[in-house]
Amino acid sequence: MPYIEMPKLSDTMTEGTVVKWRKGVGDPVDVGDVIAEIETDKAVMELEAFDEGILKEIYVAEGGKAQTGQKLAFLLGADEDMPQKDGPSGRREKSGATVAGRSLAAPPKAGTVASRTAAAVPGDRVKASPLARKIAGAKGLSLSSIQGSGPGGRIVARDLESAPEAARPARPILVPETPAGQGDRRIPLSSMRKIIAERLLASKTQIPHFYLNIELDAGELVRLRTQLNVHLEQAGQGKLTINDFILKAAVAAATKVPRVNASFAGDAVIEYADVHLSVAVAVEDGLVTPVIRRAQTKSLREISGAVKNLAARARTKKLKPEEYQGGTLTVSNLGSYGIKSFSAVINPPQAVILSIGAIVKQPVVNALDQIAPGHRLAIGLSADHRVVDGAVGAQYLAELRGLLENPTWMLL
Amino acid sequence: MPVITYRKALNDALAEELARDENVVIIGEEVAQYNGAYKVTEELWKRFGDKRVVDAPISEAGFIGLGIGASMLGLRPVVELMFWSFAFVAYDQIVNNAGCIRYMSGGLVNLPLVIRGPANGGTTHSHTPESSLANHPGVRVVCPATAYDAKGLMKTAIRDNDPVFVMENTLLYGETWEVPEEEYLIPLGVADVKREGRDLSLIAHGRAVMTSLKAAKILAAEHGIKAEVVDLRSIRPLDEEAILQSVRKTHRAVLVDENKPFCAVSAQIAAMIQEKAFDDLDAPVQRVCALDAPAIYSPPLEKQQLPTAERVVEKVLSIA
Repeated sequence: MPYIEMPKLSDTMTEGTVVKWRKGVGDPVDVGDVIAEIETDKAVMELEAFDEGILKEIYVAEGGKAQTGQKLAFLLGADEDMPQKDGPSGRREKSGATVAGRSLAAPPKAGTVASRTAAAVPGDRVKASPLARKIAGAKGLSLSSIQGSGPGGRIVARDLESAPEAARPARPILVPETPAGQGDRRIPLSSMRKIIAERLLASKTQIPHFYLNIELDAGELVRLRTQLNVHLEQAGQGKLTINDFILKAAVAAATKVPRVNASFAGDAVIEYADVHLSVAVAVEDGLVTPVIRRAQTKSLREISGAVKNLAARARTKKLKPEEYQGGTLTVSNLGSYGIKSFSAVINPPQAVILSIGAIVKQPVVNALDQIAPGHRLAIGLSADHRVVDGAVGAQYLAELRGLLENPTWMLL
Repeated sequence: MPVITYRKALNDALAEELARDENVVIIGEEVAQYNGAYKVTEELWKRFGDKRVVDAPISEAGFIGLGIGASMLGLRPVVELMFWSFAFVAYDQIVNNAGCIRYMSGGLVNLPLVIRGPANGGTTHSHTPESSLANHPGVRVVCPATAYDAKGLMKTAIRDNDPVFVMENTLLYGETWEVPEEEYLIPLGVADVKREGRDLSLIAHGRAVMTSLKAAKILAAEHGIKAEVVDLRSIRPLDEEAILQSVRKTHRAVLVDENKPFCAVSAQIAAMIQEKAFDDLDAPVQRVCALDAPAIYSPPLEKQQLPTAERVVEKVLSIA
């Protein structure tokens, strides 16, 4: 009996939760070994193996529920072969395990979230021929959503010919392209451009964006920054930029409204405990979003230093993958380019992105109904409506406005 | 076009070259008065005389050494081995002397020498040394699969200024093919696509090419698979481009090889394909080789030792 099923551990038990896997995929299992901890309606109990073999596949991740009798894992005996991958049972999607198992460090390629559970088993490498990988790369197809018809379930070239249109994260352009003629330049996509194209197309087509805009009085912010920089200059230290304050405020406001520091995970919304702040940095032929980890624990000076360091290394392409992956909230600032306001595309799988414009000097009507010179700053919020509703977005912007109009609050 | 045997094609090639160039001589056991153990040198002694066709004692190291010395002094000897398996007693002459003289003389000494004979047979007669000999820089190795190729390659081998080892096959000597009457040469290092196909490449040399062609027919008739058959013809130099071109077209390769599998010619080709055409492969490169045992004496088993069309078909279906 190679499948390990959810046992009936009490008279009233109809389903159980896998609290913990004590054995991982690839581990040898002996008769009597505890392979998992199962929570029933009454207690957490140990699940022992009745057979020996190698634990080849786990179908229900930790935290996932399964009904009694449902397959939890596959144990391969010494002289047995793997079964064809027709899925362990029709009920697997109920557990939602594969989605929860995704770490924020590796955001999924957009477009595969819904189909991923259909073919791939978590932790299992997708078997595909080199040619199939090449074709998939060229067509922008995701292999994880394709069922292989080759020996041992290997994905081969013919499987990509018949791959459903829906599996394509980047749909082919419907508009015929204008061919490059004499004097025109045809610039092959760099790998960065390809990723930008894929991710942002997926974002715009799969995330229901909505947009909120505010304009705030940045007078105090400008004054405080000038004051602090005079002091910093005398002390021989690096100056603070307006953006440093905005980043600090974006993080501080997110700790007040944690719903924006979140992502959509299929059957749940994940609100992250830490604010890992992505900062959009323009680089040659593209942009990257290096991440300031646990930004809510960092002071204004620390954020300022971190951004300088990350941006400089981003421009020279010296960032390590962990330095630009796993962000939970993004700030994009085009103020230094003289852009007054704009609406950025969400950086998936995040829920919101802030679009920061330039501080513009212009006449404003002040509290005394007088026309006076003022510093105005426009901020846009693009939000994933599956996670954030209009009122929540507005609440976040109100927090942000409070902090930026009264920047000394950030000292608290 | 006349239809002649593989044996006759070789005989014609030798006769034409003996007539064309007075420096060409034939040396070997029973090559003169007895017309050769497999009659490849039939009538040549009668026609060209004692000085051009020389019977040698049973002493491979001796008469191959004789050939090397004669070659260094300007002749173009064609040395027959009754079986290529007997080359091993002359390995020092073949590899150390013939194979290294150009290099050791700083390029000053040419070594136009052909060693030829069948490379198949019984237990101690049945080795297929093309893989081990081709391992040595400085030599050339060809394995003609048809009468046409045998003649064209033999004539080129005799005119080449380096040692060329021509590996023939006793099972092919009596087979017939069309061979034109007019003179032609086949360059060394150029493969030949013996059958076009788009689904899979069968890559072979020597008699395995015939096995592959049979398998390709079965695959087309019974399985709807269009196999391309690439005949290497020459092992060293190897026509890598022809192999890669075919693999890039079909995306699958099964190598058919009468060598034993370990360190076989097909092992070299498999390594080369994965190195240079990795992204074009839609399946792992597979091999059908001789069974890895000394030549089997039991007649029913013996039939299974060399690659058969059935084994090739089975291997193809495993990756189709």
